Amino acid sequence: MSAALSVWVKGVGLWAPGATDWDAFCEIVAGRQAAGSDGRPVADVLPPNERRRAPESVLLAAAVAGQAVRMSGLDAASLPCVFASAHGDQTITDYMCATLADTPTELSPTKFHNSVHNAPAGYWTIATHCHASSSAVSGGETTFGAGLLEAATLAVADDSDVLLASYDLAGAGPLGEMTATTGPFAIAVVLSPRADATAIRLDITPSPGNSGTRPTGNAWLDGVAASNPSAQAIPLAHALAVARSTALRVAAARELDIHVDVEGVA
Amino acid sequence: MPHPMPPLSIRAYTATSALGRGLEAHAEALHASRGGLTPNDFSSAPLDCWIGRVAGLEDAPLPPELAQWDCRNNRLAWVALSQDGFMEAVRDARERYGASRVAVLLGTSTSSIGATEEGYRRLDHGRMPEDLHRPVLHTPHSLAGFVAAAFDLEGPCLTVATACSSSAKVFGNAERMIRLGLIDAAVVGGTDTLCDSVLFGFNSLELVSGEPCRPFDANRSGISIGEAAGFALLERVTDGSTGPLLIGYGEASDAHHMSTPHPEGLGAEIALRDALVRAGIEAGDVDYINLHGTASQKNDEVEAALVARSFPATTRASSTKGFTGHTLGAAGMLEAAITLLAMRDGRIPANLGATTPDPLCGPQMAWTAEQHEVRIALSNSFGFGGNNACLAFAQVGEPA
Repeated sequence: MSAALSVWVKGVGLWAPGATDWDAFCEIVAGRQAAGSDGRPVADVLPPNERRRAPESVLLAAAVAGQAVRMSGLDAASLPCVFASAHGDQTITDYMCATLADTPTELSPTKFHNSVHNAPAGYWTIATHCHASSSAVSGGETTFGAGLLEAATLAVADDSDVLLASYDLAGAGPLGEMTATTGPFAIAVVLSPRADATAIRLDITPSPGNSGTRPTGNAWLDGVAASNPSAQAIPLAHALAVARSTALRVAAARELDIHVDVEGVA
Repeated sequence: MPHPMPPLSIRAYTATSALGRGLEAHAEALHASRGGLTPNDFSSAPLDCWIGRVAGLEDAPLPPELAQWDCRNNRLAWVALSQDGFMEAVRDARERYGASRVAVLLGTSTSSIGATEEGYRRLDHGRMPEDLHRPVLHTPHSLAGFVAAAFDLEGPCLTVATACSSSAKVFGNAERMIRLGLIDAAVVGGTDTLCDSVLFGFNSLELVSGEPCRPFDANRSGISIGEAAGFALLERVTDGSTGPLLIGYGEASDAHHMSTPHPEGLGAEIALRDALVRAGIEAGDVDYINLHGTASQKNDEVEAALVARSFPATTRASSTKGFTGHTLGAAGMLEAAITLLAMRDGRIPANLGATTPDPLCGPQMAWTAEQHEVRIALSNSFGFGGNNACLAFAQVGEPA
């Protein structure tokens, strides 16, 4: 078994139906606030004209990434980034497949270039003038765990702070029945390989087998967690929100979990 | 800045494209400067263009035990995996290291979306038809999920989908995981197949040529789309390692535009520089560069200038997309395999398709095939969204 990857969480961003940002999520988890109504993700990193035209995937990913980077105090321009999503922009894929079936030569060029899995990474790096490496990944149903493992690996291997954003949308059309995603959710974390006494530490170790998820007992949280593959981040998000030391397992692949020791700030 | 990295051994590799199945089919076609592009006969309403199509996939279903994964993209992956002893090499690695110590890290741009498109063409009362009621196909992770299932591997499994740099970037994912001891071996590579999304999509952007593509030709008129699959098995170098080496890689972003490269090739240049730093070499050490060279106006303009200003005339360079078409998310791996063949055989492939060199090109361009020892080589892959990757390979014992 390999040694754990240790990373410190310098920033967090989140959007869930009922929680428009990380602060709202923390208030809900603490029981000080009920889950609110759905607010549009605020992707204020994007220039206003891009924000108006951006597809939902880009808005959602850029909104949570912007929150996390702001909290970290780091400069997005030099931050390598990993954008994870099980299914990418399903709304656009549904449009593409429907249009290709009926009137293929009328396919919209804008929809086509927004359909690539790395559209959020592309828009993000353009908006933040980031020339560092950027990636767009999927791990299917275990996308969040696979993305977290990849981002922590990149941070430790290159001794660099890394931004991870994981997002998925509600399914649309006949495709939506296949992906079985029932709602949108996105989370972002900025991970640092350098010790920081004011930040929560994650010790991440790959661990054979899939142990399954345990419900948190909070109906709203458990509902969100079941809505799409990126929302499998909910137990970790809960641990970060209450800032208590705990251990949890996140599925990262078929027959592979990552064991995550969460070390709260003393 | 990245640090120099310990090289990795490429224990096995293979590729399948319009040039044929496996390495020898590629070596022969490249040696004869014989391309594989043909008039487009794909899809129900074929566009007037040329494609790089792999023959015979329609008649090559997956074995019954893998039937739930059956679709054109996974068939192409399976055909490729079946060449050059690659399957045996993966099974041997699984045996030596254990299923959870071997990762599957694959690049694709559209994965098996062709199956989703097909479902939409014959919806059953507005729903996916029964025979395509297979959720594992309707996701970008279909390819990597299939390969992990086919070999019963239980290590990290990741799809990289950064358009045309996808299957180059996975070499970097593997290097990081192996260096940190998370895994002992990785199956890397990628697969992309012809589908309506990319044919009509690139057509809508007016990037598809009506003739076979002509990379770096002054009168080039756009890309030809192709399909391909390729794989490599990466492990640590040991005393007995005989295969070629991955010695470096670089990854960087243009931060410029979703579908147009940076005018000065900034992201491409950073990726190149980082690959050289990781490899511990200088531009003058490079014997051959397999260029991205798509035959789009902008890409070739930017890449020609980058090569002309960065390398001595002794470095040879060519794009092989005139042979295979632009195989999108599979291009990184296909062209890595072609680069490794150039190294193995001491033959620089021609820059097939160009007759009137773009004056921006420098003396590095190998317009026709050349005999030339290749000890150290690079392969460029640049994608939509300004996503750039550069890989560096060497023969055993290099860099000296």
